[in-house]
Amino acid sequence: MTSFLKFLRYEKMFMPSKKRIISASQAILEATDQFMKKDGNLVIIGEGINDPKGIFGTTSNLSKKYSKNRVIESPISENGITGIAIGLAINNFKVLLIHQRVEFALLSVEQIFNNAAKSFYVTNGIHKVPLVIRMVIGRGWGQGPAHSQSLETVFSYIPGLKVLIPSSAYDAKGMLISALQDPNPVLIIEHRWFHYVTGNVPKKIYQSDITKPKIISKGKDITVVTSSYNVYEIIFCSEILKKFNINLEIIDLRVLRPLNTKPIIQSVKKTRKLIVFETGNKIYGIGAEIVASILEKYHNVFDSPPSRIGLPDSPTPSTRGLAKVYYPNSIDIMKVIIKKLNLNVEVKKKIINLLKSKLPSHEIDVPNPKFKGPF
Amino acid sequence: MNFLNKNLAESLFRLRMVENEISKRYSYQEMRCPVHLSIGQEAVAVGVCNNLEIEDQVYSTHRCHSHYLAKGGNLQSMISEIYGKKSGCCGGRGGSMHLMDISVGMMLSLPIVASVIPIAVGAAMSKKINKSKTVVVVFFGDAAVEEGVFHESANFASLHNLPILFVCENNRYSCFTDLSERQPSEDLTRLAKSHNIESIKMNGNDVIKVYNQSQKIIKKIKNSSKPFFLQLDTYRYVEHCGPDNDDHLNYRNKNEVKKWLNDDPIENFLKYLKKRKQYDKKKIEVIKNKIAIQIKKSFEFAKNDKFPEVSSLRKNVYAQ
Ligand SMILES: Cc1ncc(C[n+]2csc(CCOP(=O)(O)OP(=O)(O)O)c2C)c(N)n1
Ligand SMILES: [Mg+2]
Repeated sequence: MTSFLKFLRYEKMFMPSKKRIISASQAILEATDQFMKKDGNLVIIGEGINDPKGIFGTTSNLSKKYSKNRVIESPISENGITGIAIGLAINNFKVLLIHQRVEFALLSVEQIFNNAAKSFYVTNGIHKVPLVIRMVIGRGWGQGPAHSQSLETVFSYIPGLKVLIPSSAYDAKGMLISALQDPNPVLIIEHRWFHYVTGNVPKKIYQSDITKPKIISKGKDITVVTSSYNVYEIIFCSEILKKFNINLEIIDLRVLRPLNTKPIIQSVKKTRKLIVFETGNKIYGIGAEIVASILEKYHNVFDSPPSRIGLPDSPTPSTRGLAKVYYPNSIDIMKVIIKKLNLNVEVKKKIINLLKSKLPSHEIDVPNPKFKGPF
Repeated sequence: MNFLNKNLAESLFRLRMVENEISKRYSYQEMRCPVHLSIGQEAVAVGVCNNLEIEDQVYSTHRCHSHYLAKGGNLQSMISEIYGKKSGCCGGRGGSMHLMDISVGMMLSLPIVASVIPIAVGAAMSKKINKSKTVVVVFFGDAAVEEGVFHESANFASLHNLPILFVCENNRYSCFTDLSERQPSEDLTRLAKSHNIESIKMNGNDVIKVYNQSQKIIKKIKNSSKPFFLQLDTYRYVEHCGPDNDDHLNYRNKNEVKKWLNDDPIENFLKYLKKRKQYDKKKIEVIKNKIAIQIKKSFEFAKNDKFPEVSSLRKNVYAQ
């Protein structure tokens, strides 16, 4: 079973009317193109947006359709272009800024944290900053310590920013449109493997809700909150558990900031069990925030301690020899899940064995068997 | 062949042959990390580094294979690192963009553009404080001068008269983007001038010229403790990242590619030897054979080398 099949199955659940299936990267390109057409004040800036590879295909051919003033291939100057984008934004432009890796955005954190996030507040409502920044997180092909971090919670720490993390092709387009309509700085976090997700994407311009998480699969046994690429890992486990009459309630987090825990709390009140599985570090992660904000209000809601799954407390090693224990795999995840349930040893074994028999055969550093590196 | 020419020949062929071997074997999917090959750019690293003593330090970028090898970095540790194996120079943790071998003064390579430049300036500051008569060389690409930190570092080095050589290895491209789309002029020495740093721009594919020029510069830096900026124009033969040629994507002008292929650093060097009647076919063959054996051994070693123990994942997060 390949990851692609996993993706497709999820998409069917997500958007039952099976119409037009495209990839998340195509969906992003379509959203950008349609918005560029609709709004002459939208400017795109990024390093490599005019590349033949077009940032995972998300910017392909835009420079042929729109003027050089609106599709700006940038020098390698992340800090500068972020400030420039803010300058455009407070002068009635909308800007879409794109980083091929979240690490490159780190050079612009001063502008993002101090100016993009705070301008509206500090000027007491005068300077709006309608700026959308797409950045890529996540693992793959020995990218190593400075090219594969998942730093979304770092950005989620800052009031004034909105932080979105889509998992489906539908949201890839809808969330980008919503972000571009928003008068605030909005960061969109894209897991590198998310670009290969396929799903139903309407052709018209449409918005996705960007105010709350979404329950993508109903269940009574455990609430699992997750996001981005990890959604597919959980769906994979969930499908296996269904055969044992165990039903996970899967919540796709979607919006990291402003964080809306209501749907999570409602779900936990029902299941009384919670697992948060995030793409970033477990320590100081989104799981900590979710668990804490639930406990503050409902300290009796759990009948077992809530669990967090995330990356261990070390930098990301390049070698697959260590990456294989660095990233939580399906078996690790399943073990956390079944530990929460009152199952006898035999059933637990059966679940793990079935899982093992369905595991994809390719290595953990590629999104699918056809991937040959080097990106 | 005199001693110098033999050294240059060995260095040039080692770089070219190692990179060709990586390129050839990459599709076997055992080197599972990005690789930024230096094929075509060898004379830059060789010409500069052959003037350095072990105590002189080198700092580099994502495209660090050539600097590492030219500075005398251990081949086996490099190949093992790219294979993600235990005997790699970083134990497999860094991959091809983090090559280092401090035993020969190859201090550090970093994958974020321009990230290494201030660190090299810090190293030069340490040399100054210690009154050391050695020099720091930092290699970076043409895109690095577009980062603010390049200018902050250059200013600091100039202000404090630090013994550092900035080598801007200009291959015209930042990934797929041509210099003319990123800079108003191809003369990047203007940026050094604005920081009161002495500079020269020259062809980086003529190893003899690069060698002679950088010899003078390095002597001067050691004597005067002042920074210098050297722009060396060159060209990469294969894709920005990965083992293959990608000229079918048409982002580089065909005539431009042709022009540079006719200005090949190794061919240029062999021509030079012939002109000086220093060319010795047999000796060159001996050199190449020796290198081929080392390469074969290193790849065999890396293939059979172990991955780091999984229990070592969290080792060395903190120093004790
Ligand atoms: C801060 C930062 N921005 C973007 C990148 C992505 N990136 C990696 S290599 C590269 C091209 C750099 O070009 P240049 O400095 O000329 O070096 P070359 O690859 O040509 O040797 C870019 C943009 C990065 N690594 N770091
Ligand atoms: Mg370059």
